[in-house]
Amino acid sequence: MTGNAEISVRVKFFAAPREAVGAGQLERTVPAGTTVEELIRCLTEEYPILRAYTRFLSVAVNRAYVGMQTELHDGDEVACLPPVGGG
Amino acid sequence: MTLFEITPEPLSADAVIARLADPANGAVVTFVGVVRGETDGRAVRYLEYEAYPEMAEETLRQVGREVQERWPTIREVAIHHRVGRLEVGETAVVIALSAAHRPEMFDALHYAIDRLKEIVLIWKKEVWADGIEWRSESGSPMPGSFPYLDTESH
Repeated sequence: MTGNAEISVRVKFFAAPREAVGAGQLERTVPAGTTVEELIRCLTEEYPILRAYTRFLSVAVNRAYVGMQTELHDGDEVACLPPVGGG
Repeated sequence: MTLFEITPEPLSADAVIARLADPANGAVVTFVGVVRGETDGRAVRYLEYEAYPEMAEETLRQVGREVQERWPTIREVAIHHRVGRLEVGETAVVIALSAAHRPEMFDALHYAIDRLKEIVLIWKKEVWADGIEWRSESGSPMPGSFPYLDTESH
């Protein structure tokens, strides 16, 4: 174990935020121990347009809803979920 | 035989009802949601539905479980939702419930469609002649819901 280990995560976007970012899926490498909140903050620095959506988003990691303080692990799938509108 | 399905293919209410076939049934109720030609007084050109399929089918199953927990007389639940581009008049969703007798079935069906709109991971983009909106039942329009220059018609 080293203090500067990195992990790789897959980030998924849907609906309006997907169109704003211009991609349904991104791969990002972040320091081990990064939380969902920190990942979202990094992404909004990279894509400032995401700021308009962050207060609307719920987040699922590996297909289960999680809180913003959840720590990410290597290979996680992080889905940014805007309010749904089926039916 | 899949009771809960997200599909880009056209939906048939009869095909969904057929999934529930059982001699113990005395009643089947269905809800068929179709694409309406106007919202809030604006003409709709078409809709685009998008899902997170890996989670959306599980949330459809959750709606079915909740219906059967609340109304144990419901024998089976089937929900099929279409994704992709849908024209006005096409079927977006079919919900079918079966039971031995009809009491409570309409309440259960009402619950199923309301709950689907709340929790199932599907998004809807309305495309009008002069704009778009990603529409959610949760009220406030999301950013990205704005008139834009329609490049398709140029």
